[in-house]
Amino acid sequence: MSKHFKLKRGLDIRLKGAAEAVLEKAEAPKTVALKPTDFPGLTPKLSVKADAPVKAGDALFFDKYHPEILFTSPVSGTVKLVNRGERRKILEVVVEADGKAEFKAFTKADPLKLSREEICGQLLQSGIWPFIRQRPYGTTAKPADQPKNIFVSGFDSSPLAPDYDFIFQNDKSALQTGINALSKLTEGSVFLGLSPKQTNGVFSGLKNVTVNTFAGPHPAGNVGVQLHHVSPINKGDLVWTVSPQAVVYIGRLFETGMLDLSKTIALTGSEVKSPKYYKTIHGAEVCGLLKGKTKHETHERYISGNVLTGTKVDLDDFLGFFDQQITVIPEGDDYEFIGWADPGINKFSASKAFLSSLLPKKEYTLNANMNGGERAFVLSGQYEKYLPMDILPVFLLKAILANDIDKMEQLGIYELVEEDLALCEYACTSKIKVQDILREGINVMVKELG
Amino acid sequence: MKAIRNFFEKTKPHVQKGGKYHWLHSTHDAFFTFAFVSKETSKSGTHIHDFIDLKRTMSIVVLALVPALLFGMYNVGYQHFGALGQLGTAGFWDMFLFGLLKVLPIVIVSYVVGLGIEFIFAQFRGHEVNEGFLVSGILIPLVMPVNTPLWMIAIAVAFSVIFGKEVFGGTGMNIWNPALVARAFLFFAYPGQMSGDAVWISASGVETMVDGFTGATPMAMAAAGNTDFNVWNAFIGLIPGSIGETSTVAILIGAVILLITGIGSWKIMLSTVLGGAAMGLLLNAFAGDNVYMALPFWQHLIIGGFAFGAIFMATDPVSAAQTEKGKWIYGFLIGIFAILIRVVNPAYPEGMMLAILLMNTFAPLIDHYVLEGNIKRRLKRAKVNA
Repeated sequence: MSKHFKLKRGLDIRLKGAAEAVLEKAEAPKTVALKPTDFPGLTPKLSVKADAPVKAGDALFFDKYHPEILFTSPVSGTVKLVNRGERRKILEVVVEADGKAEFKAFTKADPLKLSREEICGQLLQSGIWPFIRQRPYGTTAKPADQPKNIFVSGFDSSPLAPDYDFIFQNDKSALQTGINALSKLTEGSVFLGLSPKQTNGVFSGLKNVTVNTFAGPHPAGNVGVQLHHVSPINKGDLVWTVSPQAVVYIGRLFETGMLDLSKTIALTGSEVKSPKYYKTIHGAEVCGLLKGKTKHETHERYISGNVLTGTKVDLDDFLGFFDQQITVIPEGDDYEFIGWADPGINKFSASKAFLSSLLPKKEYTLNANMNGGERAFVLSGQYEKYLPMDILPVFLLKAILANDIDKMEQLGIYELVEEDLALCEYACTSKIKVQDILREGINVMVKELG
Repeated sequence: MKAIRNFFEKTKPHVQKGGKYHWLHSTHDAFFTFAFVSKETSKSGTHIHDFIDLKRTMSIVVLALVPALLFGMYNVGYQHFGALGQLGTAGFWDMFLFGLLKVLPIVIVSYVVGLGIEFIFAQFRGHEVNEGFLVSGILIPLVMPVNTPLWMIAIAVAFSVIFGKEVFGGTGMNIWNPALVARAFLFFAYPGQMSGDAVWISASGVETMVDGFTGATPMAMAAAGNTDFNVWNAFIGLIPGSIGETSTVAILIGAVILLITGIGSWKIMLSTVLGGAAMGLLLNAFAGDNVYMALPFWQHLIIGGFAFGAIFMATDPVSAAQTEKGKWIYGFLIGIFAILIRVVNPAYPEGMMLAILLMNTFAPLIDHYVLEGNIKRRLKRAKVNA
């Protein structure tokens, strides 16, 4: 039964540099990599050595505590190197592509005719499993768990987000197959959240799925916000969340019997010469996507993902595991003379303390400057405006800072992951690192309660 | 511009840890970040941050206080020449300059003492200097009678910054509004100097006061059974009182600034006024032949410190209730208690200060119940869906 939710709280940050609806093929990446650091809390164990040949779908590493969860190579080639950080922590496993496109063979079958075990097995073997996330905590789902429901958000509302109807335009049948596979994994339902604008896109008419629509500003497209309104989780509840990109990957896997991780990403941001969409592959090197496409090439910040939750990358880095876009903004590492006194006609702000609030349509170039020093919590009622959930974020954050597990639980830590509070961090007058604090709290919960 | 920046950048290494002038670190940092927004960029979390920061927020509050400050200066002169019976001969600038010279030293003492203590604490704690005192430093002079000696101002500021704020951990951690702590300190520590009719008007040493002039505020007169003050003057602010609190018009201009920029909570302002009006009406209903109780409820809102407290003091986000529902309760009770104390308690002529301090104390309790409500609602929701 379809429901409509109208969310009032939130904010659309009006940035310059949205991608034009044009698709180009990026040059095939010479190297691709998987980054264990995309998975908070993961302890990786290598299953290959340097210089070993791999096919697309061969395991590169696995989760030490859940050895059935594999992370596999998106391309065929040879393992080039394993980059390690402090205390030999694995940062990335790089594969040099040979361009031959050799695939490890998986079962080609209609998932509706397979059992849950068979589907789980194939997803684990192919390395697609880590795309399935669980709530609470936003960690990788455990195959043995029975999720109450599975949630998919069919749109991304974050700043300069790619248009899912555009990037999945040729994947309608894969989406349906993927949904079918997911529907076998839960006794409950698969829920799909759509924006009211998506009436005629690739997501309309899908079967085996319950569609709800969510109107309103960002974070209406966050899957956590959607599930809060559809079927909120409390202590003891467990649901899984899957991105549409992962649904497509799952669909292709069962339709073709191959691990086809090619994807379309949006190259966005004010510093990109002509923002548009590019066809590339999961984990591709960033330089192939960015070289010669930005305006200045210095004092620029490259972000794998969006400006709120993405990861800062360099040219020799790789696309993040879950990222669907690259954003380039000015670094902003410069002083500004009495900036706090500027009337602010060019300063977009969530507050109304700048003249820019008189221009409700204008788009802005925003940089990575902190725009102020970190302070204690001073203002109240600010975070609540950007979180469309029945949660009091400041009190939750204070509970985390005080390490009060009971309060964290009561105030809703099970329902949140970093992206849900990212807007609060953006808008915060005191420049408090909201996402870092929340992750600390989640880590405490995982450690204490499992 | 560049020269100033170079100076700050060049001297920066010397105030770092281990540098010869490390004891100046907080001071250096405070002035540097005051002049230039730092070039520091985001290291983790969101890549973009809003342009608003505490400096911006606090400077807007200071801006909102400027009308009350300017009018206060004028009114100090107006009351002075009024007491001398020279209103006809003294011009606008005579009055304003007289007031300026009386008020400016109080403002300077307040800032120098307060910021000095803030800088020292920031240095010891290894923090950046917080902007909170930029507002407190101007609020304190505005709630003082003009005849308060400067040494008393200095002591009150020191007391409020140290015991009202820093012992709790600084801006954001304090329980009570620091400016009101300063006012309450003087009120209870030096009652002789801080009450009566003489403190409100700067006319000391003048022997030629006009006949029948008392210098009493409308509120003191009302408490004495004479509610026959000029309502229009009370609204404009041409009445005796603390420096910045007399003019409802100037305060309303400030309120508009706070509301347009969204920096002051409209919920607290509105609920405080509603609370005050409700109590006023209630007293009217039971007035009998008590003239003060019979004072029309809306007149309570324009005399004494009610308007100033509702707009600038009750809305201090740190000491107020922090939940949105809590703000309604908090403000409403401030209004109720302010008028109740003002009219019914013969010992205190004004109730606003005590009402706000009282509700500051209870704000965490109000929040606690709002929080419990949230927790209960969320648990219930789980049962419905199970």
